[in-house]
Amino acid sequence: MNSTFQGVTSQEYKYGFVTDIEADSVAPGLNEEVIRFISAKKGEPDWLLDFRLKAYRHWLTLAEPGWAKVQYPTPDFQKIVYYSAPRPKKAQFASMDEVDPELKRTFEKLGVPIHEQEALAGVAVDVVFDSVSVTTTYKEKLAAVGIIFCSFSEAVKTHPDLVKRYLGSVVPAADNFYAALNSAVFTDGSFVFIPKGVACPMDLSTYFRINNQESGQFERTLIVAEEGASVSYLEGCTAPRFDTNQLHAAVVELVALDHASIKYSTVQNWYAGDKDGKGGIFNFVTKRGLCKGRGSHISWTQVETGSAITWKYPSCVLLGDDSIGEFYSVALTNHKQQADTGTKMIHIGRNTKSTIISKGISAGDSSNSYRGLVKVQPKAEGARNFSQCDSMLIGHTCSANTFPTLDVQNRSARVEHEATTSKIGEEQLFYFQQRGIPAEEAISMIINGFCKDVFRELPMEFAVEATKLLSLKLEGSVG
Amino acid sequence: MLSIKNLTASINGTPVLKGIDLEIKAGEIHAIMGPNGSGKSTLGKVLVGHPSYEVTGGEVLFEGKNLFDLEPDVRARAGLFMGFQHPIEVPGVSNAAFLRLAYNKKAEAEGRDELDPLEFDDFIREKIKLVSMKEAFLDRSLNEGFSGGEKKRNEILQMAVLEPKLAILDELDSGLDIDALRVLGDAVNKLMRPDHALLVITHFPRILETIRPQFVHVLSGGRILKQGGPGLAIELEERGYDWVVEEAATGGHR
Ligand SMILES: Nc1ncnc2c1ncn2[C@@H]1O[C@H](COP(=O)(O)OP(=O)(O)O)[C@@H](O)[C@H]1O
Ligand SMILES: [Mg+2]
Repeated sequence: MNSTFQGVTSQEYKYGFVTDIEADSVAPGLNEEVIRFISAKKGEPDWLLDFRLKAYRHWLTLAEPGWAKVQYPTPDFQKIVYYSAPRPKKAQFASMDEVDPELKRTFEKLGVPIHEQEALAGVAVDVVFDSVSVTTTYKEKLAAVGIIFCSFSEAVKTHPDLVKRYLGSVVPAADNFYAALNSAVFTDGSFVFIPKGVACPMDLSTYFRINNQESGQFERTLIVAEEGASVSYLEGCTAPRFDTNQLHAAVVELVALDHASIKYSTVQNWYAGDKDGKGGIFNFVTKRGLCKGRGSHISWTQVETGSAITWKYPSCVLLGDDSIGEFYSVALTNHKQQADTGTKMIHIGRNTKSTIISKGISAGDSSNSYRGLVKVQPKAEGARNFSQCDSMLIGHTCSANTFPTLDVQNRSARVEHEATTSKIGEEQLFYFQQRGIPAEEAISMIINGFCKDVFRELPMEFAVEATKLLSLKLEGSVG
Repeated sequence: MLSIKNLTASINGTPVLKGIDLEIKAGEIHAIMGPNGSGKSTLGKVLVGHPSYEVTGGEVLFEGKNLFDLEPDVRARAGLFMGFQHPIEVPGVSNAAFLRLAYNKKAEAEGRDELDPLEFDDFIREKIKLVSMKEAFLDRSLNEGFSGGEKKRNEILQMAVLEPKLAILDELDSGLDIDALRVLGDAVNKLMRPDHALLVITHFPRILETIRPQFVHVLSGGRILKQGGPGLAIELEERGYDWVVEEAATGGHR
């Protein structure tokens, strides 16, 4: 049995290299001194240090959440390095020539268009390496239309008022265990501000890379679209392969004012650990968008393939009347990976709409859970939600679960939920093979078919990338 | 073209084929008949390399090559095709995309030009006429929600696209009404060429009125008990299978 599946050879994780680069790191461990160190390192204003310290003190009172269907040893927070920056210590480079050639080579290997001349693809890129944002391309071009796209640290310096106004306004520092931790120790990330009436002329993109073995990555992203503004933002992630686990605890906040639209797409390919479950990233991320204005629109699209553990629920708070929240997700788990991911749609305003399309693919011995909450508050007259949660199982040692929760407090709301579970069976694969189609191409065709409704939401190049990534991740593991 | 020698095979450790010998030459049409559970589908699936079956002995040569050295997809591209008794449904995969990929894989293997979606569209429009299929079926998911008869039409459409050297058709008539059976039977006949061969597996002799075999083999209990010409099919139609089994048990004496 299953020889067809196993015949397809296993593909090693191709981003697993480590860059030999001098890093400027703080000793492992977490206390107020470390937080003061990070804040001082970044030359932060007092209010931000206060924000961090409050978050830290609150975090000390919290326990790690235990409700997700994932099992892992609690990270030793005193063994993690909370700050690691490539040398030279300058966090931001005046021009590409100042960037360490070794670092440039790393990003070339990763295929990040870090050189402006190579960035003809039309994507502006911010790159976060361990704790620090190393370069932001296309900044001038964007600035010409009033768009701010820079590293978080830089925004704190250049636009402190904006950062202060919106930081923590969607995900409060006390929101949850990992959000509190992030609020205390976040090191960098991206800041995007699209002013009133401006449609961002190109996709913006951040590329996250964890390089240091002991470092955690705690980035903070804040995107604000003012009235009538729109932006499409892409996030990519990889990490080297280590046989220890690295912690990634990010916070992403989106704010959309009246008739603004933010589309946030992620292709997450952190290192997932080896096939026996050794190593890999613990990905505990809080992503939330606030549809603050009337007729605003926030759309999350995610393709989650990496990480040993994924704990992630990109959500929308639909505060403005007629606002729209969307969540499109493909989560793939293989080997010993565990994912507990989904979304929350909180309907507060009238005639708010949300759509949830979740596709879970589990293979190997992995566990893949969808967890969703659709909440319709009493004043959300005419709210509507449609949810579709499909699971696909490959082989018989993996598991898929869906935990949808509905909390409807307005009688005029309409909420629909559909769910299916299917299996890529041996019979399907064999059928393709009998028609001359090799197993690996059959798998990718079946998976693409399954994920179609999500992939069509991704920007073109990302969709191509995602398709390849899924096939790669499944090679040798099916059955 | 195909030479089967003393083939034995089992599923989940249970022997199903207990020594099959069969020779098929180019230009020939063979029929395998027999009662339910006699191993007809098993024979077909073993030949095309279904992973559930274990070949326990014997040898099969296809065009001089040892069939069991080849992966199922390689066998397919070499010209071996099986139209299944119960084609599986594949949600999300468009029928047209599937047909095109199958076509292009074969074209690639034979060093012919692959067809882009537009070229393939012209190509497939001709082919669907052969099986009287509506164009709408091309845009649907592969076999998903197809009726039994529509699935069979789709199987023959795939055969028309791939033009296999040897097509094994398993119970083509099941799920088909009489008109559809004639349409598909005619299509199969049109696809037959002097350098091709057919192996028609059927429980009911009805289909053999359209696709006319020169050789008829009766399979029962995993063995070929009797072989004959077209007349044997007619005899089976009239008398059923029991007498063949009895005759075999008594060594041909009654
Ligand atoms: N998965 C299976 N496990 C055990 N026995 C099976 C399985 N599939 C088929 N068989 C047995 O193999 C024999 C031959 O089946 P099959 O080749 O489908 O017969 P036919 O096509 O002639 O009706 C039958 O006795 C059937 O019960
Ligand atoms: Mg059968």
